[in-house]
Amino acid sequence: MEEHIVIIGNGISGVTAARHIRKLSNKRITIVSAETDYFFSRTALMYVYMGHMKFEHTQPYENWFWKKNRIELKKAYVRSIDSTNNALYLDGGETIPYNKLIIATGSKPNKFGWPGQDLDGVMGMYHKQDLENLEHYAPNNKVCKRAVIVGGGLIGIELAEMLNSRNIPVTFLVREDSFWNGVLPNAESQMINRHIKNHHIDLRLGTNLKEITSDKNGKVKSIIIQETGEEIMCDVVGLTAGVSPNIDFIKTSGIEIGRGVKVNRFLETNITNIYAIGDCAEQHEPIGQRRPIEAVWYTGRMMGETLAHTICNNKTAYNPGHWFNSAKFLDIEYQTYGWVHAAKGKPDYESQFHWKHDDDTKCITVAYHKDTKKFLGINTFGIRMRHETFDHWLSEKRDVSYVINHLAEANFDPEFYSHYETEILNAYNNQFQTA
Amino acid sequence: MSNKINHSMSIAKPDAVDISTTQKIALSAGIIGLFIMILALFNTNFPSQGLFLALALGLISAGTIVYSRDAYLTKLEGIKNDGVWFKSISSRGLWGWIVGVILTTFYIILYFFPNYLGLGTDGAENKGLIALFDPLSKLLSGRPASQWFVYGTLYTVAILAFGYKFILKYRHNRYQQIRTISVMFFQLGFAFLIPEFMYVMNNDLPYYDLKSVWPLNYYIFDEWSVKGFLSNGNIGLALIVFGILSIFVITPILTYKFGKRWYCSWVCGCGGLAETAGDSFRQLSSKKMSAWKLERWLIHTVLVFSVVMTTAMIYTYLGYDKNNFWLTRSVFISLVIAFLTLIFVGVMVFKRHELGNDAKYGAIGFFATIALLLLMHFTGTTDQLFYMKSGTLRSAYGLYIGSIFSGVIGTGFYPILGSRAWCRFGCPMAAILGFQQRLFSKFRITTNGGQCISCGNCSNSCEMGIDVRAYAQKGENIVRSSCVGCGICSAVCPRGVLKLENDSMDGRINPTEILLGNDVNLMDLVNKK
Repeated sequence: MEEHIVIIGNGISGVTAARHIRKLSNKRITIVSAETDYFFSRTALMYVYMGHMKFEHTQPYENWFWKKNRIELKKAYVRSIDSTNNALYLDGGETIPYNKLIIATGSKPNKFGWPGQDLDGVMGMYHKQDLENLEHYAPNNKVCKRAVIVGGGLIGIELAEMLNSRNIPVTFLVREDSFWNGVLPNAESQMINRHIKNHHIDLRLGTNLKEITSDKNGKVKSIIIQETGEEIMCDVVGLTAGVSPNIDFIKTSGIEIGRGVKVNRFLETNITNIYAIGDCAEQHEPIGQRRPIEAVWYTGRMMGETLAHTICNNKTAYNPGHWFNSAKFLDIEYQTYGWVHAAKGKPDYESQFHWKHDDDTKCITVAYHKDTKKFLGINTFGIRMRHETFDHWLSEKRDVSYVINHLAEANFDPEFYSHYETEILNAYNNQFQTA
Repeated sequence: MSNKINHSMSIAKPDAVDISTTQKIALSAGIIGLFIMILALFNTNFPSQGLFLALALGLISAGTIVYSRDAYLTKLEGIKNDGVWFKSISSRGLWGWIVGVILTTFYIILYFFPNYLGLGTDGAENKGLIALFDPLSKLLSGRPASQWFVYGTLYTVAILAFGYKFILKYRHNRYQQIRTISVMFFQLGFAFLIPEFMYVMNNDLPYYDLKSVWPLNYYIFDEWSVKGFLSNGNIGLALIVFGILSIFVITPILTYKFGKRWYCSWVCGCGGLAETAGDSFRQLSSKKMSAWKLERWLIHTVLVFSVVMTTAMIYTYLGYDKNNFWLTRSVFISLVIAFLTLIFVGVMVFKRHELGNDAKYGAIGFFATIALLLLMHFTGTTDQLFYMKSGTLRSAYGLYIGSIFSGVIGTGFYPILGSRAWCRFGCPMAAILGFQQRLFSKFRITTNGGQCISCGNCSNSCEMGIDVRAYAQKGENIVRSSCVGCGICSAVCPRGVLKLENDSMDGRINPTEILLGNDVNLMDLVNKK
């Protein structure tokens, strides 16, 4: 009898783990999820609302894939984990026994106890159910005359783009004094501020939510701004102030948790045969400059693949390479390789070189060690760069002038696009002659 | 959910996105232009046909131009796919079906009942719609219009007007703009104007669109065509030599350097229409595995059919006696078999590994072709091949492949099957170019390391039905026979993951699934296993 591997959560982490366990073994695999029947790309939900795709297009595998690969899918909500008897208890009374359990339950949107945060028309933008909610409360600009988004991160700006695509006026409340400037250096963050405003989104920087008010039916009527007391009438409120691990049902199980499920480098929890991966896993010790909880698509995928090896008798530590990430702010693509810090939290040794194109939609920031000149990382906006090239340069510990001089090798823009490497090099040379 | 079925007759959905007043006016102008043509179809007596033709074509073009300007220039540069799956016309809604039925009907009438369009036969004057186009045809070549001239004009206007729309839609993307200018140029110049001027210079030459290469141009080696060329001295000879060089020399070189895109999405007329007027339907192509399987059987069957048919056609008008002409039936059939065998053996020796399981199907195709050719040679008589009249095979090909598949289904079904159904399932030229692209080309779509988020925009917008995401999310480059290199997957990718490139052949196909972004040592470990 083959071992039964049960995975809670059918997101990128859980599904990657399942796929690789299947490649490496004949173990019985069951994925339990209450959200959807099949795996879909969470990052693509926005395109469904915008009409670029239908929901089924967000599913990377056709429906026959699961049966063919003998991955059993169970649509159910897990109420609790019984780690002494190796069993899951589902809503509705069913029990699923396991030999090994993988917790890959992802995140849920943060709510900070705002008055009115549970009213009708208030939603996050994370689960498929959030999308359905949005479709219900904001199908067009007649039903939803204005929407307010609270929280200036990646999901917030995506939600703004979604609503904008249906001509719904958006007020965008951002706590920080510039968009996402906890992560982006100031010049970049300010460029994005201008881009948001160019899309006619009412961006309110340095602004906090005080409360959400209700109409007589328990639906959103307006929001009140903390700083000014201003009331903004609206039909939908999007709460996008970050996410946190979705682990409430684990609290009674004896599995050690902090903000997330505590794991070691092998993604093992304190209980043998129980593992956690993806957004819901929290490393005991941060790896390098990474955060202990990494709520990123790519890290979920890496953890899933790594854990599959461990489960299939090839014990492997989660050992992520150089940091990378990407996003898209309305029309501006963003990629990052290595570490480039925002003003807040920038280490003393880090210096930065910044170049911005006159059209205000393209810029790069290169971080380097101020003494050794070692290249530390790059943020690039509106210019695509080659992952592999930067990965090599980071591993080879190239210095900053090598990188600036060889930038053309890393260019990944489509053919016939204008190139800016010479302009960037000139700006770099100018800056360092005068400095 | 937003993937609700749209029951409204509105061309613009969702309800939230009404079209603007400017767009409504532009749409009306275009409809009036079409209406003039419908009036012509019913033999309305216009005071001046020239004026009304100009008015009709002018209104359609102007309508499209004004509509596009209002749709795209009023917004910031960027990807403009909002509401594509809500609009009835671009999501197989009611309008999609209506347009599909109208287009299909038009093609059936065009190919099989041109008299309904007003074609004058046996020297009679044109009437109806075709008569409306007489002034333009007389202006260009001095002869009255035919149904093909009407079709060619409308085709060209569609590529030019919708090409303009496409350029505005992708005004941030130089690759898309240059590519679109290229298809507009080749359509207007090579397919439309040059053949007309060639007729003026020498009216015995067969119609020859220089960019239409055998086997897409399946009649170029027909007896009437070859005789037509050869009876016209050096220029005719030059043209037929160019026709042969096109497929045997020019095509392989360009495909090696740039992939099949140099033809399919930069030059070809079928591709030109698909990329411009068909752009709104590109997302409708099926990405299912089953569609891919059907595609591979169908397109290669058509290729075998077209090779056998062409060989048979040439074979029929060659003689037996080498004293009359060195190229006799036996010499010709031997040459064809030798050539096919050379390719087959070459591929099996040098590219066996890359073909993988497909080698088996390639062998089936090869041996089927050879068997058919031998059967033909040993059972054929002077006027019978395959026990039927020699022209029958050619007529069948012309009817089922040339007309029904490429026209009626290929273009008529745009709003149902997507814009590239013919290119994907039927075009024998695409099959040849694709075969080479898969095995002997520098072209690939490079996947950018581990940046893919599996969102599916690339697959959704692939007009050839390639599940681009299936490769990208594994960090694998996309090297597929069917890819026409339109570059839209790369354009719509929100994470900058895809890039069309011509680079060295080494490492072009990287099928090892890698641990994307994980530490190098771990990658080594996995790759070793």
